[in-house]
Amino acid sequence: MARRLHKQRYLLDFALSSLWRRKGKNLALLGVYSLLVFVLASVLFFTQALKREAALVLAASPELIVQKLAAGRHDLIPAAYAERLREIRGVSRVSGRLWGYYYDARVRANYTVMAPEEVAVPEQAVLVGAGIARGRHLSRGSTLTFQGYDGTPRAFQVRGVLSPESELLTADLVLMAAADVRRLFGLAEGLYTDLTVAVNNPREVATVAAKIQELLPDTRPILRDEIRRTYEAAFDWRAGILLSVFSGALLAFLIFAWDKAAGLSAEERREIGILKAMGWETGEVLQLKFWEGAVVSLTAFFMGTLAAYLHVFVAAAPLLAPVLQGWSVLYPRFRLTPFIGLFEVAILFFFTVVPYTAATIVPTWRAAGLEPDQVMRS
Amino acid sequence: MVRKSTLFFAFLTTVVLALGLALGEARLRVRGELPYLRQEVMVVKTLQLTDLCLATEARHTRHPSQADWHSAFQSHPAALDHFPSGSIIPPPENVRRGYGPQAP
Repeated sequence: MARRLHKQRYLLDFALSSLWRRKGKNLALLGVYSLLVFVLASVLFFTQALKREAALVLAASPELIVQKLAAGRHDLIPAAYAERLREIRGVSRVSGRLWGYYYDARVRANYTVMAPEEVAVPEQAVLVGAGIARGRHLSRGSTLTFQGYDGTPRAFQVRGVLSPESELLTADLVLMAAADVRRLFGLAEGLYTDLTVAVNNPREVATVAAKIQELLPDTRPILRDEIRRTYEAAFDWRAGILLSVFSGALLAFLIFAWDKAAGLSAEERREIGILKAMGWETGEVLQLKFWEGAVVSLTAFFMGTLAAYLHVFVAAAPLLAPVLQGWSVLYPRFRLTPFIGLFEVAILFFFTVVPYTAATIVPTWRAAGLEPDQVMRS
Repeated sequence: MVRKSTLFFAFLTTVVLALGLALGEARLRVRGELPYLRQEVMVVKTLQLTDLCLATEARHTRHPSQADWHSAFQSHPAALDHFPSGSIIPPPENVRRGYGPQAP
């Protein structure tokens, strides 16, 4: 056993010397390989963190939302609809949500204005999200002026800034009293943006939704489960788009790695020939090439993965976050919770280290099986 | 003179330890951030929120789960969605499967 270990160590020494002899080519390969692992790992960590956080927090979103549609567009829903929904068996509670969008021309940003049911906001006062506070330099006591639907400026006193910890949900929120929302947007009493419906038995939500659509055909019920699946698909889509953007780099790397590993250079073939002529067995040549591949791929894997961890969870993904933000003027500062474990690292290892190491072995196995004089002459 | 394999093993041990530390730190951070996550859950519950604030440029990217079928093409008939974030946020589940409630 000890002899075998010693032998493998000598082979590793030889492999490292052999790699160092062609250091220009191998360092370039290592750089590209590490960069590729970094990109793959960053996308994996980033989407995984957002997906898990979305699933966790949106599990508390309303069970069922009912919107009214008019000419295919979202329309205001009358309070009378709520009365009809309460008559459906299994429905325990129906409440109206009052919310809308406000475009702030001063900072060219869109806000989500909302009248919370369970948070008491005094009239002519607002609570603002941390994104707005940052964009408009607001703090408790500042005044925020909105232009009403009729052009009248309406001033609100900032009563507080929503916690920066919840910025992923509240960066663009403006909370105000229901009466203020109605005055700002010119909404008549008895009209809501949409309705939330609570159902006694969670297993009956789909049945209740079907009943709602039958009872009120101009409405559209949205299930909590659909919200969850929307976000799951959104992050898978994003990961796919990011990966397709980087697929050019991936293909370039594959060609590079294939050229390096599969197309053994004349020098490498000569090296194999000499080793065989000196008495090395086919198995030993293969072991040597395995070590060469393992050194390169393990180094690239660890360097790329560690750099990706630092990029995503320490530096808050500065290279990936702009992809999410698009034209948004207000966007949250990401505080990504590192929902990663051995499983994600193992997936990454399997998809980056194993193919390269295998690609190094196969062509060598073909060359190493030949007679030394044949290899050196070819 | 130090053998090359010794140097390589030293390097490998360092990076394996660093990755182990990173994963350990990730676990601790998840545990440490549980109060914040609970706070986020409370915010969603209290304010009855439905979406993450990822992109605020258009209503179909601010509230993808609430957007109607036409919001991405709102400018004029046959207008293509021109918001950059519209290309990275796919149509929501209910748009892809139809308005009607579906059995899970």
